[in-house]
Amino acid sequence: MMHRNYILRVVSKLLIPFILLFGLYVQWHGDFGPGGGFQAGVIFAAGFILYGLIYGLGTLRKALPAWVTRLVLTLGVLLYAGVGVACMLMGSKFLDFDVLANKPTDGQHMGIVLVEFGVGLTVFAGIVTIFCAFAGRAAADVNPADNITAGDAGND
Amino acid sequence: MNLEIITSDLLNVATLVIMAITGLAIARIRNLFAVVMLSGIYSLMGATLYVILDAVDVAFTEAAVGAGASTVLMIGTLALTSDRENATPNTRTIKGLFVCSFIFAALIYGSLDMPLFGDPNAPAHQHVVPRYLNDSMAEIGLPNVVTSVLASYRSFDTMGETFVIFTAAIGVITLIGRSSRRRRKSGEGKPEP
Repeated sequence: MMHRNYILRVVSKLLIPFILLFGLYVQWHGDFGPGGGFQAGVIFAAGFILYGLIYGLGTLRKALPAWVTRLVLTLGVLLYAGVGVACMLMGSKFLDFDVLANKPTDGQHMGIVLVEFGVGLTVFAGIVTIFCAFAGRAAADVNPADNITAGDAGND
Repeated sequence: MNLEIITSDLLNVATLVIMAITGLAIARIRNLFAVVMLSGIYSLMGATLYVILDAVDVAFTEAAVGAGASTVLMIGTLALTSDRENATPNTRTIKGLFVCSFIFAALIYGSLDMPLFGDPNAPAHQHVVPRYLNDSMAEIGLPNVVTSVLASYRSFDTMGETFVIFTAAIGVITLIGRSSRRRRKSGEGKPEP
């Protein structure tokens, strides 16, 4: 896909690391600046979608196989709900972060960082999964012979 | 009125006018590829509006999802279907015009009772907002109140939203991901008639 578009390939190769870095910044600084898990997940996914658009779905799936996105998709919601259950096990209510550390505000901070990370994981994996499913379907219709790694199904 | 307020008002009006023009163009144009591009522009203008309104995190999301991911998904859908919209027969009637004008007038009349834009005494700003703004530093200890509200005060909501994303991805895998795999396995390239 797009073997001759040197400008797109070179510029995207330069941009993608910064997009991913910005996604990480938005994830871990959501408590001090604008942003949070959802925004970070979306920005991170946008970086991977750009990679898939320029270099083809097969290359994207080599970097990020279907089982990885599925695992991350599930890990995100498990982390979120797991933090809630951990609060219950430590003697408080579901998702009441006060008990997670010695000081209530420290516990809140820790709980918020953890659940935001869960949100980020699920949103990132969800958007990449949806993109790959749509793009894989389109590629399979155009040329069913190749694109073995296309679609989400790929290898499981 | 000082210069800053005038500039921000002008920017607001200009952005909204461009959004309205884009919306009208989307309704008129039959070439769906152009419609997808215009909806991307619409989302970018929306993101600009959110930046002017100081909601930078919403602007991030709008730019990345509205202008980025959903535009790409729409183009993927166009690859599967046609990129021309079928012309619908002309069904404009006086009755329709009457119903539309009535609803428009009713909406305008209803909006007259609403509090002014940014009014600090609006009911929405009197309920739990004072507690969030005054006490969240002592209770949660984060400088960004939005994050405190989203992740701690309304943690249940955010968990529900995360599960919505999870369910959406699972649904897409089940509906689209699987069928293309089955087709590959059976060795048939053509979609079912």
